[in-house]
Amino acid sequence: MTVADVLLTAIGAVVVGSALLVVTTRHIVHAGLWLVVTLTGVAALYLVLTAELVAWVQILLYLGAVVVLLLFAVMLTRAPIGARDDLDRPRWPGVLVGLGTAGSLAALLANAYRWDKIELPAAGTAERIGEHLFRSWVLPFELVGLLLLAALIGAIALSRSGDE
Amino acid sequence: MHPVFPFVVAALLFGVGAYGVLVRRNAVLLLMSAELMLNAVNIVLITADVTIQRTLKPALPATGQIFALFVIVVAAAEIGVGLAIILRLYRLRRAVAVDEIPLADPLPAGAVLADDGLDERS
Repeated sequence: MTVADVLLTAIGAVVVGSALLVVTTRHIVHAGLWLVVTLTGVAALYLVLTAELVAWVQILLYLGAVVVLLLFAVMLTRAPIGARDDLDRPRWPGVLVGLGTAGSLAALLANAYRWDKIELPAAGTAERIGEHLFRSWVLPFELVGLLLLAALIGAIALSRSGDE
Repeated sequence: MHPVFPFVVAALLFGVGAYGVLVRRNAVLLLMSAELMLNAVNIVLITADVTIQRTLKPALPATGQIFALFVIVVAAAEIGVGLAIILRLYRLRRAVAVDEIPLADPLPAGAVLADDGLDERS
């Protein structure tokens, strides 16, 4: 067990625990706030795994944009404030499928990697990732820009009021 | 670093997300669970990137991290459009519980959409 292993285990426990709270809490707003904890934990995992740029993009985009959008949606759909008991359907199919996917994926990946040990590479800083991004991945990068534009126009067209 | 730790965390996170998608009734909570699953996939991509860098020496370095960046951007686009659809649904049906949406009941032609004060031009 190295320092990275201890950190990964601790942060992983926080991530999975808060994710469980996201899907089980009876307050809709609390689910959004626990999602903040989960996403921050995932960003911390990226930092430990040397993916520096991805971690900051995660904080910027997920915490800065996605969570705010979700909380806006909670407010705009007049979600009930306070605990509600009717947020869940019958649980057992979900428990079955969730445990099945988690268990089989974990078994598959654990079997593939056993107890291998690797050295962490140099940090994926903005400079290093940006160099690859603008050298080998320029076309997908531009296509993603186009996709964002299309999503923007689609969202505006969908949320326009009235059908004139 | 043992890559098995982040991989198992990702698998558990994906299972939790799948549970949420199947069990939650509110459409906004459904989107949150979908985000959990996307994050699990990103953890796998980043860990595989770090692991494969060291063992296989791929032709393009840092591919996993760049894929993760693309996934994050596409997830942001998905959330934008998804929330627009949910708001539209709320205006039509006054509810966002996914199991209360009838699959086939067309609104009568010329039906007036519910005015909930959200519309600027009413």
